[in-house]
Amino acid sequence: MPVGNNVQFIEGNVAVVHGAIAAGARFYAGYPISPSSEIAESSAKELPKHGGMYVQMEDEISSIAALLGASVAGKKAYTATSGPGFSLMQENIGLGVMSEIPVVIINVQRCGPSTAAATKPAQGDIMQARWGTHGDHGIIALSPSSAQDCYDLIVTAFNLSEKYRVPTIFLMDEIIGHLRESVTLREIKPSEIINRKQPEKGISQQELKTYCYDGNLPGPMPPFGDPNFLSRTTGSTHNEKGEFCVTPEYIHKSTLFLTEKIEKNCEDITITRSYNLDNAEVAFISFGCSARSSLDAMEMLRSRGVKVGLLQLITIWPMPEKQIRDVLSRVKTIVVPEMNLGQLAGEIRKLNDYGCDIIQANRVDGVLISPQDILNAMEVRSL
Amino acid sequence: MKTYKDYMLFNKLPHTWCAGCSDGIVLQAIPDVFAELGWDKHTIALVSGIGCFGRVDDFLDINCMHVTHGRAIPTATGIALANPDLHVVVTMGDGDGTTIGGNHLIHAARRNINLTAIIANNYIYGQTGGQYSGTTPLGSITATSPYGHVEPGFDICGLAAAAGASYVARAVPGNPRQLRKLIKEGFLTKGFALIEVMVDCPIQYGRMNKQGDAYAMLKHKLDVSVPVEKAKLMTEEELEGMIITGCFVNKPRTDYYTEYKKIIDKLSLGGA
Repeated sequence: MPVGNNVQFIEGNVAVVHGAIAAGARFYAGYPISPSSEIAESSAKELPKHGGMYVQMEDEISSIAALLGASVAGKKAYTATSGPGFSLMQENIGLGVMSEIPVVIINVQRCGPSTAAATKPAQGDIMQARWGTHGDHGIIALSPSSAQDCYDLIVTAFNLSEKYRVPTIFLMDEIIGHLRESVTLREIKPSEIINRKQPEKGISQQELKTYCYDGNLPGPMPPFGDPNFLSRTTGSTHNEKGEFCVTPEYIHKSTLFLTEKIEKNCEDITITRSYNLDNAEVAFISFGCSARSSLDAMEMLRSRGVKVGLLQLITIWPMPEKQIRDVLSRVKTIVVPEMNLGQLAGEIRKLNDYGCDIIQANRVDGVLISPQDILNAMEVRSL
Repeated sequence: MKTYKDYMLFNKLPHTWCAGCSDGIVLQAIPDVFAELGWDKHTIALVSGIGCFGRVDDFLDINCMHVTHGRAIPTATGIALANPDLHVVVTMGDGDGTTIGGNHLIHAARRNINLTAIIANNYIYGQTGGQYSGTTPLGSITATSPYGHVEPGFDICGLAAAAGASYVARAVPGNPRQLRKLIKEGFLTKGFALIEVMVDCPIQYGRMNKQGDAYAMLKHKLDVSVPVEKAKLMTEEELEGMIITGCFVNKPRTDYYTEYKKIIDKLSLGGA
């Protein structure tokens, strides 16, 4: 682990590995895929130096399966992939959701569907991150927009995953993954790390409930191999002890719980960044690499006297509804730059009870959306 | 002195398997061997997939993880690598272990992950109503091969042996003593061990293929079983229709964790 502050000129795909290790991750299982492969390579190099383990599996299905197993045995585990591999992982992401197993999945987004332009950037997996696996559930997804973010926010991703016992998606994109910037590998203090809850002292095996459906926080999760507690997990609907239990009562309350433990903790989970929103008449809402272009577009317009601000979403899921509504209620025009055909814009329209004009600025040709692209989208609309 | 009862959840019985199913014979054999080895239940992790035999975990009072169809072995891989002190057992059927999950089986064997896979092979997808699997024999009548099956089935032991498993064995449920011996040898193998058990499914497979009732199926498999040592002296024609039982491979080699740990130890000593 880096001691003190250590500045390196590295790409996002490498910064994220340093961050994961600083967060306490000690297990990686994955299958190489562009544009995420540097994360596998860097993990293979760095993890054993910290007593951690790297294993390259036969596919992405087995990769996430191995993560779930390692997590149940007590390790913080992560993998990295891109669109096609992320699709293969979806069934077992559902297993992680249902069994409430913390793992972190890094998706360095590229064009799709299928192979499309495999090495080119896109942001088309917003909906796959939310609804890729079947059934109602909550999920957490964060999106970094710099190499520094990759280091800092992967720590947050692990913390949220552990706290809420849910697979957490780290939605990068090819631009941020391969962007080399100065990154401060700051020391992460133990007080900044959240570990999954353990059984309270003095509790017996009979009293132990590893699943709780009453409140909005998950139960304790002792690891397999704990000398005092046995535990069990299952992808089937289960009772508080993790035992198979498919009564209508349990199906109902577990489905609600898995959704509400995320939705009702929205304020704790959602992170946004605001730029010049106080006096804005026009607001950009964006994320990831598109947020960088949005920042430039904002500066260009402000130099021309247009009152423009930016709401950058770090948390993509759950959608930062409160922060988005706050912006919608104060501006006249919203511009949503993103490298897909409007996946985020659609979510913002759902919240638009305020009559805002919502303009999409999209680019899906595998080329980074530029500040000028955003300005063009606004001009076309105003013609 | 421990007995199998120390590892059972009796409040979960009766089990959900059909009358005449031999999965229960294998279920009891597993904790019997735990008891014989005197294992602390906290040190055992069992991973099961989806299918009739994937329900084994419901009845066992040990650490259990019930996962998705076909993915028990890679999940167990994560457990075995995360905590090398755990005894990792994987229970699957022929669908889970060698059809949807076949790729994971061969790679775990090749990697030599320290776990014991117990595959209950009943030639059929029992839980979903009797459709053919990757081990269903040529000509079998099943719900999805109503005119006779046109594919041959996998030889699970041959597959595992070719993929590099450290230990490979086959048993029939009519010989519970041998079954326990082979499971025990598998458990004591440091590396990938596989035990195939030729369980009977009188309801979904036997009935369609006129194999008689549960007793007839159990007895038939016992009658046609040939110890591996004897089979070596027999011709291919003589072995037609026979089930070769016993240990095929017992060649331990360094498992993945042990090999990788050497790298960790070297690096922690400042080796790179």
